[in-house]
Amino acid sequence: MSKTNLTRRGVLKTGAVAGAGVALPTIFTASSAAAYTNEPTGSSVTLGFNVPQTGPYADEGNDELLAQQLAVEHLNGEGDGGCLNTFTSKALKGNGILGKKVEFVTGDTQTKSDAARASAKSMIEKDGAIMINGGSSSGVAIAVQGLCQEAGVIFMAGLTHSNDTTGKDRKANGFRHFFNAYMSAAALAPILEKELGADRRAYHLTADYTWGWSQQESIAAATEAMGWETVNNVLTPLASTDFSSYIAPVLNSGADVLVLNHYGGNMVNSLTNAIQFGMMEKVVNNKDFKIVVPLYSELMAAGAGENIKGVFGSMNYNWQLQNEGSKQFVKSFGEKYGKPPSNSAQTCYAQTLLYADACERAGTFNPCGVAEALEGFEFDGLGNGKTLYRADDHQCFKDVLVVKGADNPTNQYDTLEIVEVTPAAQVTYEPNHPMFGGDEASLGTCNAG
Amino acid sequence: MLGLNKKDTTLLIAVAVLTMFAPFFLNPFPSDSAMAQFNAGYPDLMQRFVIFGIFAIGFNILFGLTGYLSFGHAAFLGVGSYAAVWIFKLFTYNVVPAIILAVIVAAVFSVLMGYVSLRRSGIYFSILTLAFAQMMFALAYSVLSNPKFNLTNGETGLQVYPNDPQMFHPDSMQDFPHLFGLYMNSTYTMNVGPWAFDFNTGYYLCAVVLLAVFYLAIRIFRSPFGMMLRAIKSNQTRLNYTGLNPRPYTLAAFVISGAYAGLAGGLMAAMDPLAGAERMQWTASGEVVLMTILGGTGTLIGPVLGAGFIKYFENIFSKINDAVLHQWFAFLPDGLEDFVVFLIHPFVGKGWHLTLGILFMLVVIFLPGGLVEGGQRIGKWIKSRGKSKDTGPKTEPAELGE
Repeated sequence: MSKTNLTRRGVLKTGAVAGAGVALPTIFTASSAAAYTNEPTGSSVTLGFNVPQTGPYADEGNDELLAQQLAVEHLNGEGDGGCLNTFTSKALKGNGILGKKVEFVTGDTQTKSDAARASAKSMIEKDGAIMINGGSSSGVAIAVQGLCQEAGVIFMAGLTHSNDTTGKDRKANGFRHFFNAYMSAAALAPILEKELGADRRAYHLTADYTWGWSQQESIAAATEAMGWETVNNVLTPLASTDFSSYIAPVLNSGADVLVLNHYGGNMVNSLTNAIQFGMMEKVVNNKDFKIVVPLYSELMAAGAGENIKGVFGSMNYNWQLQNEGSKQFVKSFGEKYGKPPSNSAQTCYAQTLLYADACERAGTFNPCGVAEALEGFEFDGLGNGKTLYRADDHQCFKDVLVVKGADNPTNQYDTLEIVEVTPAAQVTYEPNHPMFGGDEASLGTCNAG
Repeated sequence: MLGLNKKDTTLLIAVAVLTMFAPFFLNPFPSDSAMAQFNAGYPDLMQRFVIFGIFAIGFNILFGLTGYLSFGHAAFLGVGSYAAVWIFKLFTYNVVPAIILAVIVAAVFSVLMGYVSLRRSGIYFSILTLAFAQMMFALAYSVLSNPKFNLTNGETGLQVYPNDPQMFHPDSMQDFPHLFGLYMNSTYTMNVGPWAFDFNTGYYLCAVVLLAVFYLAIRIFRSPFGMMLRAIKSNQTRLNYTGLNPRPYTLAAFVISGAYAGLAGGLMAAMDPLAGAERMQWTASGEVVLMTILGGTGTLIGPVLGAGFIKYFENIFSKINDAVLHQWFAFLPDGLEDFVVFLIHPFVGKGWHLTLGILFMLVVIFLPGGLVEGGQRIGKWIKSRGKSKDTGPKTEPAELGE
């Protein structure tokens, strides 16, 4: 029997040679033969759910995450199938996407563009995510949308309401199911005219950033068109928590409507301040003083509590909607989590299913194929009624809800009541509308990486 | 070598080896194993490690040497990023002019901010810098992003649009920052068995810059100028009585560290051409303070370690969700599995801040000198264990006297 002499150097040398030997053939093949970024080659496909789990919109982010997990369950054929039963497209079979089991990774955007991009990049570079979904702020959505365009994956936006997402910052790889500020304004204006009259004087308090401006611009344009006068528009710093000093001048301005272009914690605080000043009981110009909050969410309504009684606003979706898709979704969500879904949860759920369905119909995960399948796609059964994914700007067109803080809420989830469902036709605009970047805005070309 | 003593040369070489082979060190687990969750060797995170390392090294030149605790350094990082993106928008995607301008602009801002703030020391200095930085954040976030004069693009972040002039950017080139044709996002993936190692152009650019500025930092630490800065930290009054005016020295240190921050900002924009205002928020300024303290204030390598530590938690721990936990503990019986997941749940995913906070407290309480002190203690323990046979505990008093 021969004797082997194991020396440290000998082992290292052999190891190095063996390592190089193993690596050598791969050096030539590794320059990825994949046709597009993160082409799924195994038996599973990875989706990236990028939501705010810490920071001001954490509640919404966590609700979105619940909905996304539910969507994955339904795609994989677990649970009761949810909206797969009501969805008008029957491409999805409950066996994953294109036969591959759906897996997901999650990340924390912290509601900061930088952190959101870092998190999305790690999903794309490390976990091999083929689609990114989520977000609870327009700034974040636009930043991540740009990233996905560069990286060559599909971005399915979550809660983002600014006109810019599918306006001047629209991207070929980005899609938005949620409605936008222009639609809010177009839906609200006729209701405001009917309920409050055509000769009101409005005072705007606006959060001083992109979303606030686009919201204010839209509302002012729509209300002025029906005869309202905009008395003043005051920009409030985003970090404000006490709005008393902004509220006091409203009372002396001769305005009889206060429009709060605020969202999240800002809206809760400014509305509470306005109520504390007794505005809702005031009578100005022989009219009852009214408050309007253009963009509502259930979580904000819960935060503001009693104060939202009789306050008008608009929503993308509400769990009280009685169409088949909505009933099915509320049932699935409620049975699993013991509460009705929020507006943002629904949009993320729908986006995940829409993406999966587009892959099935396109027969590929290639972002360009998926984008083509989504463009001009008409569907129903996901909770919002009949919906169109417009090809020109990747924006969904569907009915918009005008809601009002419930006068007599029967339980803690019943804080808002639906005043009217504004038909999609009434909120539709031209793709080159000046508020959406005009003629200059373009999707660019789709990028498959 | 290079005018360094033996110990510093060893340190520089160690850092060089670590940064050059980081793609290997940071991906120790095969990519299909359950432990792959802890791999940090993907381009974006590696870039972040190095960029925040540069930021923290610069911050340490001010805080570690002079003892002036600035709470506004993120402002320079942000200014640097904006400057770099403007170069991309107006002229070219080549990163060299962008990074140079980022450093210059950040240095100019730090002269202004330092000139005012350095009139006070201690807590007043910290508050002044904090106020300046918050002011600049507010300017970037809303004031300077109004439709009439849009310098920062507000909440969305400054980015390059197809209709920007980009005077020297030929149409034949891709729309991404590059170094004379080498694109920052190009990655070569080496597959060795089940392992995958990513070699990214952008990362290596950052790593080379890190080495250069690390070398510069060593020279500053060892120079007479560095000695003056240390003198300011130990007793500024005495320095005044000897007839020396410390203010030019503190201002120089402030500007140098501001320029480092600008360099980090410029690199950040070069890796990812978008500059957001949150980069300038006070939490970002606080983060670099944490990095420096966590790693070891006043040490050379400490801030880099601290930066790596914090970025690792932010990016790796925040991505561990319940599904991942269940996968890990799937071998346990059902009830026990749920219980273990329930126990760990608050510390991962959205609870990453909590874990980081606890670790930070532990480090500050038990290792006041930061991670570097931890390393030194382990080193000493190993050494003394080897020595204990012949010399025994007699050496201890000598070591304490260091």
